[in-house]
Amino acid sequence: MLTKQHNTTSRTAIAAGLLIGLLAGLAFEPASAQNSAAEEKGFQIAARSDRSDTGFESSEVNAVMTLTNSAGRTSTRELYFKTLERENEDVGDKSLTVFETPRDVQGTALLSHAKILEADDQWLYLPALKRVKRISSANKSGPFVGSEFAFEDFTSTELNKYGYNYIGEDTFDGMTVDVVERFPRYENSGYTRQVSVVDQDIFQVRKIDFYDRKNSLLKTLTLSDYREYEGGIWRAHLLTMENHQTGKSTSIAYSDYKFKTGLADNDFVKGVLRRIR
Amino acid sequence: MPKTMTAMDEFAVKLANTVIQHRWLVIIATLLVTFLVASGTQHLKFSNNYRDFFSEANPELRAFEDLQSTYTKNDNIFFTIVPPDGEVITNETLSLVEELTEQAWQIPYSIRVDSLTNFQHTEAEEDDLIVENLVNGADSLSTEQLARVKSIALSEPLLRNQIISSDSRATAVNVVVQYPEKSLDEVPEAVTFARNLRDEMKAKYPNHEIRMIGVSMLNNAFQEAAMADSMTLIPIMYVLLLVLMAVTVRTVSGTTVTVLMIGFASAIGMGVLGFSGTPMDPMVLSAPTIIMTLAIADSVHILITMRNSMKDGMTKRDAIVEAVRVNFLAVMVTSLTTAIGFLALNFSDAPPFWHLGNVSAIGIVMAWILSVTFLPAMMSWMPVRAPKPAKANGQSAMAKLADFVVGHHKKLFYGIGAIGVILVAAVPRIEFNDQWTEYFDESIEFRRDSDYSTQFFGFYPIEFSVQANGEGGVSDPEFLQKMDEFTEFLRAQPNVTHVYSLSDIMKRLNRNLHSDDNEWYRLPDERELSAQYLLLYELSLPYGLDLNDRVNIDKSATRVTATLTNTSTIATKVFLDAARGWIAENAPEYMQTTVPTSAQVMFTYVAERNVSSMITGNVIAIIAIALVMMVALKSARLGLLSIVPNGLPILAAFGAWALMVGTVGFSVAAVASVSLGIVVDDTVHFLSKFVRGIREKGYDAAGAIKYAFEMVGMALIVNTVVLVIGFAYLATSHFKINADLGLLTALAIGLALLFDFLFLPALMLMGADKLFTGKTLEGGTDNVDQTA
Repeated sequence: MLTKQHNTTSRTAIAAGLLIGLLAGLAFEPASAQNSAAEEKGFQIAARSDRSDTGFESSEVNAVMTLTNSAGRTSTRELYFKTLERENEDVGDKSLTVFETPRDVQGTALLSHAKILEADDQWLYLPALKRVKRISSANKSGPFVGSEFAFEDFTSTELNKYGYNYIGEDTFDGMTVDVVERFPRYENSGYTRQVSVVDQDIFQVRKIDFYDRKNSLLKTLTLSDYREYEGGIWRAHLLTMENHQTGKSTSIAYSDYKFKTGLADNDFVKGVLRRIR
Repeated sequence: MPKTMTAMDEFAVKLANTVIQHRWLVIIATLLVTFLVASGTQHLKFSNNYRDFFSEANPELRAFEDLQSTYTKNDNIFFTIVPPDGEVITNETLSLVEELTEQAWQIPYSIRVDSLTNFQHTEAEEDDLIVENLVNGADSLSTEQLARVKSIALSEPLLRNQIISSDSRATAVNVVVQYPEKSLDEVPEAVTFARNLRDEMKAKYPNHEIRMIGVSMLNNAFQEAAMADSMTLIPIMYVLLLVLMAVTVRTVSGTTVTVLMIGFASAIGMGVLGFSGTPMDPMVLSAPTIIMTLAIADSVHILITMRNSMKDGMTKRDAIVEAVRVNFLAVMVTSLTTAIGFLALNFSDAPPFWHLGNVSAIGIVMAWILSVTFLPAMMSWMPVRAPKPAKANGQSAMAKLADFVVGHHKKLFYGIGAIGVILVAAVPRIEFNDQWTEYFDESIEFRRDSDYSTQFFGFYPIEFSVQANGEGGVSDPEFLQKMDEFTEFLRAQPNVTHVYSLSDIMKRLNRNLHSDDNEWYRLPDERELSAQYLLLYELSLPYGLDLNDRVNIDKSATRVTATLTNTSTIATKVFLDAARGWIAENAPEYMQTTVPTSAQVMFTYVAERNVSSMITGNVIAIIAIALVMMVALKSARLGLLSIVPNGLPILAAFGAWALMVGTVGFSVAAVASVSLGIVVDDTVHFLSKFVRGIREKGYDAAGAIKYAFEMVGMALIVNTVVLVIGFAYLATSHFKINADLGLLTALAIGLALLFDFLFLPALMLMGADKLFTGKTLEGGTDNVDQTA
């Protein structure tokens, strides 16, 4: 998790996605020729963006998360992420998150098998208890370790989790960008919609506005410091989430990205949690 | 005209003549200035934030803002739901709660909703930790499931007595709102939405009582009370005072001009407020009333003298000039001293008092200027029916009163003096009580709803940001242990209905992670364990129900909330002192900086803060007034003496209040400033006529007293009656601060007349003979008493 996720680029997948996107669009607005065109374009931009960094197989990365409250005080946590790309587009990626600091949670590890529309499977290893606990919770919308990032903000970059709607062209940070609205299709989301800004040069998401359940602007995620890795894979190295309602913010800085590290399915099973470090 | 005109008299005569000569210029200029400044009123808006009652420098406010920027703002809307059958754990009531909870997320600016149904219940099942809503699909729960919900809810410390009453008769839905604070329309917007939601729910679930309290409702009530007052109280009061005035002054044109004066002076005062961009609070709305009373006082003096002069056979024009001449000094001194008194409100800690003081001061000065320009100009133009000449059949009532006072001055001195001393001695018995819900009378929905809800739930939260030892310190077993002891201590205090503490969550998680074994319902004994429990818990909470409002970002402090029932300010102070005492005695070094804070704490000390700063302000005002009197009366002794009749009625009014009512809100701080100027009016008019009697007419002390009674006695009575009724009418305000202020001021003004008529002359005749009838004054024809 926490990294861009992959999905297949096969035509059937896109067709299926389009169909689902259309159906999702129908739920929000009465269909018209114009609407379905906007939905299709929205989906295509999202799909192109998603497609641009597939094929990384697996990745490992260090992250420093900095939390800032409205009084300006900050606090940091360090984490290590491993992600396994899954070819099948109907299942999500697998990920392992290891907490390194603060020291009192060092070695705590979260294994997550992402799903598209249902709740993810999650297991947490608590070193102090020396036990693995499965977390049975439908909640993806809660904040991740006290940050402004919700769990779903990480795990929900999969294409088919949303319905889409193309809004138009704009400029952002000196770039010409496409603005695409997307609507969560999974249950228990904290959002009614998100507005993402995708550049037309390298097709990466630059900014996302999150609208809460009453459709008020809640947060803005800004993705910057994009770097290209082997195979044309782009990764943002700085993610900043600003909460407009509470004045709090969280940034995540990634470093030392590694790809194709040889991870396999058996590195993402419950049993490995105890053996970390 | 008398030969012995002072420089001031000459100026007044010149002014009056000029004004009458160029009356159209004066009238047009008045209209122009008024419309120009009054255009500022279009920028006026009603305030709806209780924080407006506290200055930025207020230490309680700053502590509270610190807490709110560390956790989250704690503005809220709190729904109390009471079903008719006395049991909330039923399919019907839980359905209501479930639906209301879902809908409450739609309330504008809401960021969190807590209820019985969305409570995140945690449960162990083998190696699974299940986190889910306590109630899902309320309408289809079986009897067994309902029983399970009830047993969990009533044994859960986070819910019992906060979200569900311990007798299961009432439940609550608490909505936390966070306003961007960019527009004054935000609070009414949220409240209107919430009220519609309540109405929908009541229609769908008839017989259920649904009441709304919370900080947002409080803030909204401030606005509603101010609006209600401005719609009913203020217009009715205007009519009342003008009828009174028309009856006493007996001139239609005089009353008409006074109405215009009041309107102009008030409009200018409020116009300046509008231009300054300050929102209107319920207190500043008393300013037009205060301006009106002083405008009436000014014109009554002038109109009565004018009428009396016409009665004595003067032409209208001469009578107007004479009225301005005789009253110019007194009206000026009254206005200036009253304005000084109001400006002294700037010493208060509460910004609404500043605004009240400044708007009133501007209006009062305007009323004064109008009374010596606009009023004579209009009166010279408008028709005035000459009254019948005075019949010379014996003595007037005022002369009789004067004879009585002179004849019994010893008895009066000791009698009234004794009453004064007794009343002043009672002042320390006054108790401050600032319970915000009781700022409003029962005609305001908020007051009724809070009275109702108090039967089931507390409403006065006290927050503690309990400090741990550095980053991550909240997981330290020693800290958790201390915090748990503190929690238990708080729970044992009287008036505490609920305590929200992280220690309860920790105990529950410890039990959950040991297969729900009750043996493990205790605090974890390792720091790592607690830290990892918290991490696990945080990972499983849904949108809006996180711990961010309970634990600060670096986990070096956690917020403990004690909720009090409807508790008096004194009892709250006892509680706060006990809490501080516990921390000082028991808390480890790093926890010592933990302080209680909340809106309730702010209101608890609001009276003290304002009263102490206001005492400083009033002392300065009294000294300034004495100085003005010295210059105006050209006598240092009389100026000094004026402090007695100026100060005594106000102190006596507090004493009388202490004996009759006992408690008062922080509005008491404004009473001295509001009444001081009006009280001074009596003294100034009486003493200035007394001095005129000696200097101009050559009377002795007794004769000068009689002269003063005859000259201003009637005007002072008329003024006092009008003003007492005016201020007493403020008692019908929906806002208790205004009501107390009105009644206390009425009391002070009434007592002031009593002291000025019965005590001041006696005082001057008693040992003060030498002081005031010494040879410099005895000279009579000396028009200036430089040596006094």
